[in-house]
Amino acid sequence: MTVTATPGSTSRSTARSARKARQRRLRRRERLTTLAFLSPWLLGTGLFFLYPLATTAYLSFTRYDGFLSPTWNGLDNWRFVFQDYPFFWPAMRNTLWFVVVLVTLRIIAGLALGMLVIHVKRGSTTLRTVFYAPFLAPPVAATLAFVFLLNPGTGPVNTILGHIGVTAPSWFNDPSWSKPALSLLALWGVGDLMVIFMAALLDVPRELYEASALDGAGAVNRFRHVTLPHLRPILLFAVITGVIATMQYYTEPIVAGQVASGQIAGSGNQFEPGYPGGSTLTLPQLVYNLGFQRFNIGAACVIAMVLFVLSMVFAAFLMRRGSGFLAGEDL
Amino acid sequence: MTHRLIRRRVAGTAVTAALALALTSCFGSSKGGASDNPDADVTITFWHGWSAPSEVKAIQATIDAFEKANPNIHVKAVGNITDDKINQALRAGGPSAPDVVSSFTTDNVGEFCNSHAFVDLAPFLSKSGIDPEKTFPGPQLSYTQYNGNQCALPLLSDAYGLYYNKDAFKAAGISAPPKTMSELDADAVKLTKASGDGYSQIGFMPDYHFYESTITHFGAQWAPTYFDAEGKSTVATDPAINSAMAWQKSLLDQLGGYDKLDKFRTSAGEEFSNNNAFMTGQVAMMIDGEWRAGMIDDSNSKVDYGVAPFPVPDDQAAQYGKGYITGTIVGIASTSEKQNAAWEFVKYLTTDTDAVVNFANAIHNVPSTIAALASPRVSQDPNFQQFIKIASDPNSTTTPASPNGGDYQLVLQNLGYDYQSGKQTDLQSGLDDAAHQIDTNLAQVQ
Repeated sequence: MTVTATPGSTSRSTARSARKARQRRLRRRERLTTLAFLSPWLLGTGLFFLYPLATTAYLSFTRYDGFLSPTWNGLDNWRFVFQDYPFFWPAMRNTLWFVVVLVTLRIIAGLALGMLVIHVKRGSTTLRTVFYAPFLAPPVAATLAFVFLLNPGTGPVNTILGHIGVTAPSWFNDPSWSKPALSLLALWGVGDLMVIFMAALLDVPRELYEASALDGAGAVNRFRHVTLPHLRPILLFAVITGVIATMQYYTEPIVAGQVASGQIAGSGNQFEPGYPGGSTLTLPQLVYNLGFQRFNIGAACVIAMVLFVLSMVFAAFLMRRGSGFLAGEDL
Repeated sequence: MTHRLIRRRVAGTAVTAALALALTSCFGSSKGGASDNPDADVTITFWHGWSAPSEVKAIQATIDAFEKANPNIHVKAVGNITDDKINQALRAGGPSAPDVVSSFTTDNVGEFCNSHAFVDLAPFLSKSGIDPEKTFPGPQLSYTQYNGNQCALPLLSDAYGLYYNKDAFKAAGISAPPKTMSELDADAVKLTKASGDGYSQIGFMPDYHFYESTITHFGAQWAPTYFDAEGKSTVATDPAINSAMAWQKSLLDQLGGYDKLDKFRTSAGEEFSNNNAFMTGQVAMMIDGEWRAGMIDDSNSKVDYGVAPFPVPDDQAAQYGKGYITGTIVGIASTSEKQNAAWEFVKYLTTDTDAVVNFANAIHNVPSTIAALASPRVSQDPNFQQFIKIASDPNSTTTPASPNGGDYQLVLQNLGYDYQSGKQTDLQSGLDDAAHQIDTNLAQVQ
């Protein structure tokens, strides 16, 4: 069968092609415009996130000291870190301890202080200032102050405890008490969470409290059925940012450990990692020590990858839990 | 703010922060060389760690004297530099990187040599007709090289001895400082005074956490080898470390045990302060370097002190007089493009007898050349002369350089902490594990 194109159908076909070409051009232009607007983000993400991440992953499979080019050594670094490096598992346990205990305590304390400052009748502004101010203290200065305050021999805290007949612990000098001492320091600087929770608490509609009170709900039930549901997004925010910040917990434990140990590193005298007894050693300290002091960069990259994966797993888990909290609401 | 927006922001923060954990730095280094003309007018950069005004003044006086003798070479000195900064800068290279670098610790020499961060100075020494073995004492030569690579030279030394409180000795009826470990133990017990559940005075503080009471400083009296010819750890097979650790634990137990002594230790003043427990009279004897004498003299401490060599094991009584030696080291960065000019400066700093003696006297350190140690211009203070004798003693030892720095010392130190606290009870088993750990860690960097 032979198909013969009529003049009319040819012109319709040409017009359709021209329209399609114009649409394609428009779409391409739109795509380019979108890309142009996105380019700063793409550039930043690529340069500062994806490239370092890919480099870290690559270097974790190499031997690299910063001088000679990296040489591929397969799983050697991974094997070393997981099997032979004696500080890895204690640091992992300490980091997870801080993630669980510190984050929980900070959220409870932040929420409690937030509720306190919005409920007090007088002196609320003073209280807010008093609770928030420690958050502004530089971490090194705050840690030094705490090590001084909690010095087992000369610190005022133990002196006072001694006067009232309490056997005071050795705080930063006792492996059993060093982490609780760091937790006290973290709780002292909980002002950031207090402010966030305070703002969220003020956002809860008052009529809901009034309605639930009329229905006979007590303070506990009002907190459980009115306050908490409204705070869930903020709680989720606080947990995830808290977990990530605690994964990077470095300054306070290393300063506390080194100052409390009284050691001055020098020839024949190495700093004890995580003094006392490795109890304050965290994974970021290992990354710095291996990467930027020992220049065993491959092994440092393994630990950086472990931290990355752990952070992602925590974040993903909590995000899924967060979806559950928010089901049926404005998603 | 909607929940969706919050979730997205939280997710964004999570991903951002998690990714940030994985950030790394890129390293690059420029190629240096020794093809520069040492007679050309040139400025070299010298990094050092001194920061106290008197020390900075002393090193500047040395630099001024060098510039006067070498008018074409100008030295730009940068002080208060730590080893972390050195390591990072040497890898980064660039025009601001140093040409000459000094470090307060000998522990990183192995890394500097093994990574070729510092150039091998053997060709420079040979060109200048300097025989290092005839110029520097054995320990100083040992801690400035690794595997035959003489990548650094000693720039003054530190010697460790025994400080003792003369008044406390008199009160306890002790007429002379101890010479053997048995005598040290007996004197330490005699000088220790209990007070309540603590102490008013401790004879000697063997706790590894106390100031300079480290296993390597004590261990020097047993002359451990640390590594064999193949570079494998000998801490489990050489009886020296075992004996040193056993002695420390025994004395710790004689003086009241770890818990009691460590409680005292945590309340003692800081090492480098006027509250140092020896300077306040709370500790009657301690191991320390020559710098302590200067600190006591400059402080308001009323302690009438004496200095003696640290006691030796009973079966090595003939070697009384030896001690642990360490010091500051100096090298030339391999990234330097002015290595010949840099060498002229390093040669002056480390081998010119007048320069070494003047600098040693100015900062109360021990000279680091054989000629300077014997110089009559060195401080003749009797206490300081004890350290000169310790540094000149042929049996004095040091901790050897290792490609992963002080890692082997850290492994031993951790075993020491566990052993003194009772966490590790089988010393030989602990030493076997330590040797294995040291070898494993070394294999990682070789």
